[in-house]
Amino acid sequence: MLTLIRGSGCEVVEVDKSKVRKGMLSSLIPGLSSLSQRGLAGWLVVLGFIMVTSIVVVTAISPWVVPYNPSQINVGRPLLSPNSQFLFGTNNMGQDVFSRVLSGGGIMLEVSILSVMICLLIGVPIGLLSSYVGGIFDRFLCLIMDSIYAFPGLVLAIAIAAMLGRGVTNMAISIAVVYVPSYFRVIRSQVLSIKEMPYVEAAKAAGAKGRTVLSRYIFPNVVPSIVVVATVNFADAILTAAGLTFIGLGVPVDIPDWGWDLTNGSRLLSSGAWWVIAYPGLMIILLALGFTLMGEGLSEMANPRLRE
Amino acid sequence: MTLRTYVISRILLTIPMIFILFTMVFLVIRVLPGDPVLLHFEKQENPAAMERMRHRLGLDKPLWIQYLDYVAGIFRGDLGESMVDYSPVAQQIISAFPATLELAIFSMVIAVSIGIFFGVEASKGYGKTRDNVIRVFGIVTYAIPVFFLGMVLQMVFGLGLHWFPVESRFPHGVDLPSGLAVGGVHFSTGLYTIDSLLEGNVYKFVVTLRGLALPSLTLGLVLSGVFIRLTRSNMFETLQLDYVTAARARGLSETSVTYGYALRNAFLPVLTMMGLQFATLLGGAILTETTFSWFGLGRYIVDRISSRDYTAIQGAVVFFGIFVSFVSLVVDLLYAYLDPRIRL
Repeated sequence: MLTLIRGSGCEVVEVDKSKVRKGMLSSLIPGLSSLSQRGLAGWLVVLGFIMVTSIVVVTAISPWVVPYNPSQINVGRPLLSPNSQFLFGTNNMGQDVFSRVLSGGGIMLEVSILSVMICLLIGVPIGLLSSYVGGIFDRFLCLIMDSIYAFPGLVLAIAIAAMLGRGVTNMAISIAVVYVPSYFRVIRSQVLSIKEMPYVEAAKAAGAKGRTVLSRYIFPNVVPSIVVVATVNFADAILTAAGLTFIGLGVPVDIPDWGWDLTNGSRLLSSGAWWVIAYPGLMIILLALGFTLMGEGLSEMANPRLRE
Repeated sequence: MTLRTYVISRILLTIPMIFILFTMVFLVIRVLPGDPVLLHFEKQENPAAMERMRHRLGLDKPLWIQYLDYVAGIFRGDLGESMVDYSPVAQQIISAFPATLELAIFSMVIAVSIGIFFGVEASKGYGKTRDNVIRVFGIVTYAIPVFFLGMVLQMVFGLGLHWFPVESRFPHGVDLPSGLAVGGVHFSTGLYTIDSLLEGNVYKFVVTLRGLALPSLTLGLVLSGVFIRLTRSNMFETLQLDYVTAARARGLSETSVTYGYALRNAFLPVLTMMGLQFATLLGGAILTETTFSWFGLGRYIVDRISSRDYTAIQGAVVFFGIFVSFVSLVVDLLYAYLDPRIRL
């Protein structure tokens, strides 16, 4: 194991020479090659990334590839089981389940991306600031963040979503409120240890301003942890969005949505129409799993000591 | 620090957190939407009725007085009145809560049992196929929407195989478990398993367990991943300690070494995790209760959301918060009792 410490002193890069090899996939996509050098963790990230990207791509191109208009009712008889004409069958309104599965990821992706963005915009600055400033300000924020963190996340998200009303933005806000403390806690604990490092002392001694120290010397070292939290946040946001939709706080528009399809299908269980829920359910699992795998791999890389 | 000072300081720490929680819920329900009464009357066609409701619920007072009333109410056990029928919310919550508690306890037992069993198995075959399969299982549990799993189990074990009832905590047509009645004194917990045992009715006990099976398995499976991971890594470290090797050298069976010696040490983190996961569990319970028509507190919240009963939602959320703080307090105290290092 060769450990290189780069000139800036910020990054510690570990390269395991025995595992440096270029696969076909990694030569196709630059950046993947460095990931695959990191063993199992790297492959988890690659696998997760591929899963997420495929779903995003499918959702994006779906308007041109769906066999039927996903929102149109009675394209076939209601509740047809999967057959050659309707690959995944039809639902109770005679809509084509396959077309709805292809195009149903939009709302979930929008909600999760928006909620992660809100979390980054709020959680990162206050996490950095609180830990860097310290004192009463830090104590106070910690207490608030810990209180939110200890609270049942979904219950809080439900309460906020119920008050804000339906809609993509409102859903994203209610999920973001629940996850800001996760960012805050991770960033804070990182900054507290980085703050004491010699190179930060050196920067201060050389006369760097507080803002420069925070943004140029501390922040870059926190980024890996933020990325890990964000991927986990993505997975949770998708599941929470599905949950909010399930209890009736979803988006009330005529856009195909896996969460809505699951909710609709839950009333059809006794008719034996498994295909109405199975496919959208699997898509949600695949999307959440993609992010979970990425998070798993990335967190192993960010904390090499945890690596088995 | 003695155990006593630890207990006192831990309890004192809970107080500001509870206050922040009350304030947060107040902000979300009363301040954020502007006027919950306006939200309740969607059409806003009857200003007189709206005014009456505002007055009746005290929502026409200045916000800071509303806040004081609200906090004072909580300490009196008064969670306000329902916007739908002006009945006390606290009473409705107390009657719905045992169903949720029973579901939560059984789910936790299932999650921890699965977690410990698979975690131990994985740690014994560390790095081998068995370990990898269990790890994948653990990761997948993170990615399953709990209500989707509930529907799948309903379809397979309820509608398909008819092993368990699909919806309902207790069958219609059978008297609910009555609890203990000695002379004129009546005692019941609302937890059907305990009530049926107190009544001495084995049939009702079995029926209750059958009803609990699918919902608690659903919730338990989804939570089990966390416990698998935790047990796996802790057991792996513990199994390499000297005292475990010594126990093996003395010729004890592998089962008694792992479960009798190693697990004892690896269990403490699991206990902490149980406290932390309780909040997640209650969130999951809302979705599970909706899937299984289980009339607990989660179902109560969902029903009240659809009837726009914001005072009831507020009461239920406050109750969830208090309950979670209480559980985490108990877990921390238990931890201090079991692990003397924390008192040092």
